[in-house]
Amino acid sequence: MATKVQPMPGAANSAASLSNEEILRYSRHLIMPEVGMEGQLKLKNAKVLLIGTGGLGAPLGLYLAAAGIGRLGLVDFDVVDFTNLQRQVTFGSSDVGKPKTEAARARLSSLNTDIQIDTFETKLTSDNALELFKDFDVIVDGTDNFPTRYLVNDACILLGKPNVYGSIFRFEGQVTVFGMPDGPCYRCLYPEPPPPGLVPSCAEGGVLGVLPGIVGSIQAMETIKLILGRGDSLAGRLLLFDALAMKFRELKLRKNPNCPMCGEHRTINKLIDYYEFCGVRGEEAPAPNVQVPEITPRELKSRLDRGDDLFILDVREPHEFQICNLKGHLIPLGELPRRVHELDSSREIVAHCRSGKRSAEAVDFLRKAGFRKILNLKGGILAWSDEVDPAVPKY
Amino acid sequence: MTVKVIIPTPLRPYAGKRDSTEVKAETVGEALRRLTTEFGELRKHLFTEDGKLRSFVNVYVNDEDIRYLDKENTPTKDGDTISIVPSIAGGSCFFHDCRFYPSPQLVIPSLARNLLFALCPLDLHLLAFFCI
Repeated sequence: MATKVQPMPGAANSAASLSNEEILRYSRHLIMPEVGMEGQLKLKNAKVLLIGTGGLGAPLGLYLAAAGIGRLGLVDFDVVDFTNLQRQVTFGSSDVGKPKTEAARARLSSLNTDIQIDTFETKLTSDNALELFKDFDVIVDGTDNFPTRYLVNDACILLGKPNVYGSIFRFEGQVTVFGMPDGPCYRCLYPEPPPPGLVPSCAEGGVLGVLPGIVGSIQAMETIKLILGRGDSLAGRLLLFDALAMKFRELKLRKNPNCPMCGEHRTINKLIDYYEFCGVRGEEAPAPNVQVPEITPRELKSRLDRGDDLFILDVREPHEFQICNLKGHLIPLGELPRRVHELDSSREIVAHCRSGKRSAEAVDFLRKAGFRKILNLKGGILAWSDEVDPAVPKY
Repeated sequence: MTVKVIIPTPLRPYAGKRDSTEVKAETVGEALRRLTTEFGELRKHLFTEDGKLRSFVNVYVNDEDIRYLDKENTPTKDGDTISIVPSIAGGSCFFHDCRFYPSPQLVIPSLARNLLFALCPLDLHLLAFFCI
């Protein structure tokens, strides 16, 4: 059931008028009775914090800045890289290497000089989340990992702030609004995260560039509706979007009365260690859970040059093989158990993937299955490109 | 009762890359079991080793969460749509995938393994790995 959006309480030092320039800039808002002068002033007095300035953060930042949200906070610790440009449309090629918050600030400031943009070039943690969130009216979750999702949720519930949630995977998106009074929270929907071993791997990851554009734009719309107090919020509804089928569906989200965070008897009263909660230790490089014998790209090159009999096993996916390859025998990691008979355990095998993680799993698997002469190419194709042959593209 | 089961993107690799399938079932639990009979690789993603639906897997009949109906015993009727709604976090790779680790009790001596693979028909290799 749709929840009617309730107007948000006005700020103490709220602006009471728009300049002539602002009236011109926002005229397409002002001539709509649903926004009007009153609504535009609400937007001007609103403070919205974006967690993440990546794929979802790009349309969010652009549309919220353009709409005249008076104060936008941007939280991100990352720097722009080339692989971001396919979807993170706030950034241009010349931004590569710059902190995302700074590059986003420059772009959004040029879009709208009237708004205040505060950047926080930091990782959101249990130590800083409450302090960061407390000055903002709406928190928008545009992150890309489970620990931060739970952290954003819990901080919003503890502070009583709405959490405009969006997430994406390949061609599929989910959007809703958590943390409204009487509405469900993220833990009502997903009480616990999936264990690390049961979520899709890099090989099945990736995202079509337009998808975060669509999902982030829906989040921006929900944020603006919350501020205006107009329309039916997505609170209590999970919007599912399948871009391939081009279908939107919605499911009912119920507040779990026994939710440990937002239920009647809250058992979580402070922020916790979310990496531990999600079964991972660190965000950027989860510690490899397997230790296997390795060979460096340079060692491999010199052994191949020497004419050693090495069997190169590529455990990536066929579409990755098409991007570049080391002329290895392709058996995707997922197919290894049933194609293991293709391998000769009497020969020395070097397994590789893009970065060395999947192939470490393959080596571990094969060792447990009885293979003895097997090595993992340390750093995978990426390291091969860096250390041996720069003509092999990195992706 | 014929019901449609919608398979979310992250689980499609384990379901023959299909986005949905139709099964005959009287309850949600039966529909999911039929699904995992058809697509064996899905089983460990949906059910625990002792056959319980995993706590982080959300299942809906039409637009209702089965946790607020009769859970796995929720009856189905012709034309119902069952949705499996996984938690997704974002576009980037975050976790390792270790779904093909043989668990320790599945590890068998190399000689036995080689013999097994020599003797098994192709289709049984996967089964052999996980069942022995």
